[in-house]
Amino acid sequence: MTQAGAAFVTLGGVEKSFGAVRALGGVDLDIAEGECVGIVGHNGAGKSTLMHILAGGATPDRGRLSIAGEDQHAYSASRATALGIRCVFQELSLCPNLTVAENARVFHPAIRGFNWRGRAGRLILDKLDEIFPGHGVGAGELIQDLSIGRRQMVEIARAFTVSDQPARLIILDEPTSSLDAHTAGQLLAHVRRSVAGGLSCTLISHILGEILQTCDRIAVMRDGRIVVADRAQAFDRASLIAAMGNVETAPPPTEADRRAVAGSERPVRVRMRPKRQPDAQDLVAREGEIVGLAGLAGHGQTDLLLATFAAAAGWRRGGAVNAAVALVAGDRQADGVFAQWSIAQNIGISSLARLRAGLLISPRREAALANSWRQRIAIRTQDVHANILSLSGGNQQKALFARALASAARIVLMDDPMRGVDYGTKLEVYGLIRDEAAAGRTFLWYTTETEELKNCDRVYVFRDGIIVAHLLRGELTEERIIQSSFAGAH
Amino acid sequence: MAASVTAPGHRLGDTRRLLRALLPSLSLALVIAAIAWLNPRAMSYFGFTLMLNLAIPIALATLAQMFVIAGNDLDLSIGTFVGFVCCVSATWLRDTPWLGALALLGCIGVYACLGALVYLRNLPSIVVTLGMSFVWQGAAILLLPKPGGKAPGWLQAIMGVKPPLVPFPVVAAAVIAAVGYFGLMRTSYGAILRGAGGNPVAVRRAGWSLLKAKATLFALTGAFGVLSGMALVGITTSADANIGNGYTLLSIAGVILGGGEFVGGRVSPVGAVIGALTMAMAASPLLTFLRIPPDWQVAANGAILVVVLAARVLIGRKGSGQ
Repeated sequence: MTQAGAAFVTLGGVEKSFGAVRALGGVDLDIAEGECVGIVGHNGAGKSTLMHILAGGATPDRGRLSIAGEDQHAYSASRATALGIRCVFQELSLCPNLTVAENARVFHPAIRGFNWRGRAGRLILDKLDEIFPGHGVGAGELIQDLSIGRRQMVEIARAFTVSDQPARLIILDEPTSSLDAHTAGQLLAHVRRSVAGGLSCTLISHILGEILQTCDRIAVMRDGRIVVADRAQAFDRASLIAAMGNVETAPPPTEADRRAVAGSERPVRVRMRPKRQPDAQDLVAREGEIVGLAGLAGHGQTDLLLATFAAAAGWRRGGAVNAAVALVAGDRQADGVFAQWSIAQNIGISSLARLRAGLLISPRREAALANSWRQRIAIRTQDVHANILSLSGGNQQKALFARALASAARIVLMDDPMRGVDYGTKLEVYGLIRDEAAAGRTFLWYTTETEELKNCDRVYVFRDGIIVAHLLRGELTEERIIQSSFAGAH
Repeated sequence: MAASVTAPGHRLGDTRRLLRALLPSLSLALVIAAIAWLNPRAMSYFGFTLMLNLAIPIALATLAQMFVIAGNDLDLSIGTFVGFVCCVSATWLRDTPWLGALALLGCIGVYACLGALVYLRNLPSIVVTLGMSFVWQGAAILLLPKPGGKAPGWLQAIMGVKPPLVPFPVVAAAVIAAVGYFGLMRTSYGAILRGAGGNPVAVRRAGWSLLKAKATLFALTGAFGVLSGMALVGITTSADANIGNGYTLLSIAGVILGGGEFVGGRVSPVGAVIGALTMAMAASPLLTFLRIPPDWQVAANGAILVVVLAARVLIGRKGSGQ
């Protein structure tokens, strides 16, 4: 491993768990001065957690973090800033109601006093001119009036500006996601120039061409570990993809394959097309099918599920859905459970028509429905009248599945519902989904766990909001999915 | 990749922003034009002095409200607070000035503590200030059970100034707007205060104290509320515990009319003062000239507000829809 200079950041055996989920399982990584390190990995590989730890936003459970030659003990976001670590994360961290110059001021406490607006404006505009010549952004413009691409440019330029505190390491997490090919090229050229000037960079991108051409060194992450780290020249696209996935062969044809082939005469339940899909590729789901939606998180899978839901409710045209739908939310606390309600009420809410006695909900029927599902999918509780939050996370998720499956919906949309659910519960739910599919229900299943896709009859892979691949079960390997999820170049 | 870095969208944003910025002035001009048409004689030095008589305390209360709204909060107690300040000014401030001044400064401190409480306990400001509105009202009634008291002479003298050419309320409104504008829009800490309303996470990540920002915004609300109450009692010369009750809604309406929004730290001090003037003129002079009976004036006021706010939403939507 050759390095440009002395190590600026050293991570030794860093571990981090969120509840039962182990996000990082002992990561060792050096980032030298004047070095650009690329980090690639599939969903859940631990890239973002690692970057958050570097930026001081998360504290590792175990391990050593040393920056500029000093071990960091009480490490925090402000300590990271003082040490010159800057981040550009995917979610924008600009104040939309402030001007470009004022946002620079928020970032640089040292800019104050007479003519602070002029100085802040000059600082950010000079950097914008340097990185993105011809950017067309004015210092007095409000962020809310800028296009998303320009906002991203301001956000990036701001991370590179220097007032009283130095910039030593810039963390770029998918910095080009809202930029076009031209501005992305300008950014990457600037990264190279800065690195040549002694700055360190870490770059996360799903566009492998960017990583290969910009980085000095590439670390490939999988399952919370760095599996390979080497000079960029040692990799090419194929070897990166191979390193990200497990080596495996396609599974032998099974019952589900035969069903997929035989099922092509079954009635179509859902026909949807992503909004920006350039070709004729539709997403089609037939009766009794389990259709997977794969790809990196946030590349349009949830949007498609929500569009399907809207089409079924008749809110939006442009899709064909010819049966009732139910959605199992991924973010349980925000979109799933009614926190004040009992387990029975949470399960029954989608089946109110059947639970009614006259004008009122029959508590007896509600409890009967809940109890039948409690037995069927083993929701671990003594009493279905207990509050839903008395259940563990996995059992809450089971209750949400029961809600969807108890309803009259023939189509079930699943928005990555297994996040943070323990393995045993997962197996139980997988079995349940297969049984229900055999009984004629259709499932659209967005998941960020490649392992789960093996339960699907067919899989659509998404990238940048469109479907880029359609894999039958027989063609389904992690490598194929990663290959489609990561673009070669712009 | 879909980056829409195109020039037409850019220019469109400019037009939209211009319309958005001009709407408060346009609605004020409309109200003045209507009054001029109904009663040309009102368009005089004396006419404006009379019509805008109560505009100064309303403008101050509106700016007070604007500071909390800048931090995504709402002050439902500003009306009764103004009433309480009136009572303090008409009693203690006249009889024992040091005690009165201390009490008023203490009020600002109470407001700062409320801001800290709202931030630290993550409480909805609506609930906290609704509760406080009863506290202020009760305190005012304890202090002045019956309408009465007398404003200090110097306060009456200030409010009775007659500058040459331009009516005093207009001059005062310009000064208030200028102070608010430079304080919140041009100072470097003002940017932080507004940023804390726009994207608190980003401001905290940049190392600023949100606690301090919230307490400062509430303290500013308290300070302008004190000024509003003093101005009001300077005009009316005597106080009443219920004198300011209508100011809560007037001040919120003024901020929104002036281009502010309930969330996102989007406020405009100049717009808020113009909004307050519009509300002050539409509240009673316009409706009186229209021969709308007093019983219906509150409802008519609400209708004006609905029309202007609808126009604002329409402008915003037209811009973003294209």
